[in-house]
Amino acid sequence: MTALLLLIPAALFLGLMGLAAFFWSVRAGQYKDLDGAKHRILIEDDDRPL
Amino acid sequence: MAALSETAAATDPGPFVRRDGDADAIELLVRGAKCAGCIAKIEGGVGALPGVSAARLNLSTGKLAVRFDADRLPPARITETVERLGYGAAPFDPSEALALEDEDGARLLRCLAVAGFAAANVMLLSISVWAGGEMNASTVALFHWISAAIALPAAAYAGRPFFESAWASLKARGANMDVPISLAVTLALGLSLYETVTGGLHAYFDAAVTLLFFLLIGRWLDHRLRARARSAARDLLALQAATATRVEPDGRILAIPARDVRPGDRLMLAAGDRAPVDAVVEEGVSEVDTSLATGETAPQPAAAGGEILSGSVNLTRRLIVRATARAEDSFLADLARLVEAGAQAKNRYVRLADRAARLYVPVVHTAAAATFLGWLVIGGEARPALINAIALLIITCPCALGLAAPAVQVVATGRLFARNVLVRAGDALERLAEVDHVVLDKTGTLTTGKLRLVNTHDLPDGALAIAAALTRASRHPLSRAVTAAAGPGPAAAEIEEEPGAGIAGVVDGAPARFGRARWLGLDDGGDDAQEAWLVVGARAPVRFAFADDPRPDAKAALARFADLGLTVEMMTGDREAPAAALARSLGVEVWRAGVSPKDKTERLDALAAEGRRVLMIGDGLNDAPALARAHASIAPGSAAEASQLAADMVLQGDALAPGAEAIVVARAARRRTLENFAFAALYNAIAAPLAAAGLVTPLIAAVAMSSSSLIVTLNALRLARGRAR
Repeated sequence: MTALLLLIPAALFLGLMGLAAFFWSVRAGQYKDLDGAKHRILIEDDDRPL
Repeated sequence: MAALSETAAATDPGPFVRRDGDADAIELLVRGAKCAGCIAKIEGGVGALPGVSAARLNLSTGKLAVRFDADRLPPARITETVERLGYGAAPFDPSEALALEDEDGARLLRCLAVAGFAAANVMLLSISVWAGGEMNASTVALFHWISAAIALPAAAYAGRPFFESAWASLKARGANMDVPISLAVTLALGLSLYETVTGGLHAYFDAAVTLLFFLLIGRWLDHRLRARARSAARDLLALQAATATRVEPDGRILAIPARDVRPGDRLMLAAGDRAPVDAVVEEGVSEVDTSLATGETAPQPAAAGGEILSGSVNLTRRLIVRATARAEDSFLADLARLVEAGAQAKNRYVRLADRAARLYVPVVHTAAAATFLGWLVIGGEARPALINAIALLIITCPCALGLAAPAVQVVATGRLFARNVLVRAGDALERLAEVDHVVLDKTGTLTTGKLRLVNTHDLPDGALAIAAALTRASRHPLSRAVTAAAGPGPAAAEIEEEPGAGIAGVVDGAPARFGRARWLGLDDGGDDAQEAWLVVGARAPVRFAFADDPRPDAKAALARFADLGLTVEMMTGDREAPAAALARSLGVEVWRAGVSPKDKTERLDALAAEGRRVLMIGDGLNDAPALARAHASIAPGSAAEASQLAADMVLQGDALAPGAEAIVVARAARRRTLENFAFAALYNAIAAPLAAAGLVTPLIAAVAMSSSSLIVTLNALRLARGRAR
């Protein structure tokens, strides 16, 4: 049972890290253009038409 | 009919540039961008302009944000560049652009994340408690305390959207769906905390946070649908941010926002400009296209002293006009107000989910109170009575109801999107499912809205080329039709366009004239809106005939509407003769001609008073109030911006038939929603008595609630796999 004292805090810590990362991504505006994001991966940076 | 964006792009965006830090910034509404190629083309093209430091296109909202140096680059170059790349571009009022931040959506996402985190971790602990045969009492207590430490702050954070809404509803002396939700969550947490403190066996922490998690999914889906409709409404406001060209007393010419125009200002209208306010002509002779305002296809003459309604387009020559009204008192603004009034009438529509809530809330609260009193009377003890009443509230909590409607809407909207129908309003599908009468506009809806030269093959050799040489420089609808039929080529010399009459010029050394019969000295009594004559030197005059063709699938679409049990009616602002001809060729029995925008809404009101649920399909600005007023409305993709924004749905592409398809999907969606409600009712009919009898443990509550949510969602997904018809 002593393993639990280590494992539960470890699991919660990892979960909180994920939550913090998600909060950061919302604040950074990564959910503002869901339609554009899926297309942007197809654009190459050095590919400049016109 | 021309879309507003065509001329909005021609306006000078200068007044809408704002200072942002150490650079100038402007937001443009870009139309027509759909894919990776569009993003690369627009961002690349604008980014390559000298003085531009950043250009970013948001594909979801269609906004292009540009940071640049206004000293090195006139802002008009940016709109020109986007236009040249083949997209529509209109400046965006900065005050509107700043209001774009979607704070509510971001907040729901954060709540969803917190609830998800809590649900996953608390569930992990709860499952071990349920499964743990050898777990001793102190470990159970420890797990309950950890669960409490996670669930209480998480619920306090993630439950706020529900608590706030429930509180607002209670203050207004009503009870929406959020009241039982808030009650169930609060009581479940309170009871679980009590059990934890007193060392009891059962805690409902997992049920409370899972409930919030599922409900927030439904809430977020619903929010995304509504946000799309709201951003469309903001686009309408922004598009009214057109500019005007003012002639100052000292002769200087200045571009100003249209809302700054005062009565008495002298404005310049170049050929192709749209009148920003109602005005009277002071200098110049020209023709104006009032088709967006009145639905009339033939251009009207304009000369000194003549009135020009806002929204009309100046066709032939430059005019100097004196404003007679401010932008907000002008004809266009009147239309916008009619649209608003119609939209408000529609807001009174009660959505299915809210109707279900009105039935549901009192029943559940009465049942919970009855459970508490029953156990108190029979058992004589307060604690089991309270536990069972709370268990009933938790298990009947409208989780399935909260997901039932949004899930169906999202799936149906996605399916229609794939079929070129853009659903703009959240409750549009529910209203569309109820329609039994369809009213269609003529010009631009049943027809293509563009005049076409119909007797190309009957013309003598060379006549078309000579006529096109004259018409290439003209914006008159008949001229455009000739130019389109002839394709690119040379323009004539010494071109002189006489407003309301025709064009004279020299082609291959011979004087040529193209225009109305009377101007050319011919008299055949024909319809000036549908024919024109060409006279070259002393040769015999040649007649050019024009027609506004029906859309290719107009007849099929009308048949489809009739199949679906709808009464078909045509209503147009155009004259009687062309309306009758089209009605005859399409087999429309009920039709009205010469109808004003106000008459249209009155006709809709009359139909509504007869108990008919009307679907309005129209494209002109004059249809916008009717589109907003009708029970449900659809605008073709070629419609004026304001009409697209007033309509519930917009058809992408040229076909009308997807409109009928939308009705089929809407009816299927309604059936699916009702099935989901029926399922939720059945679930409650079984679960509520069990809870009232004291047979529900936290395990049963968690399993029952999750599975009912899953079943409802799966039933909604079934809609995506429906048959094509």
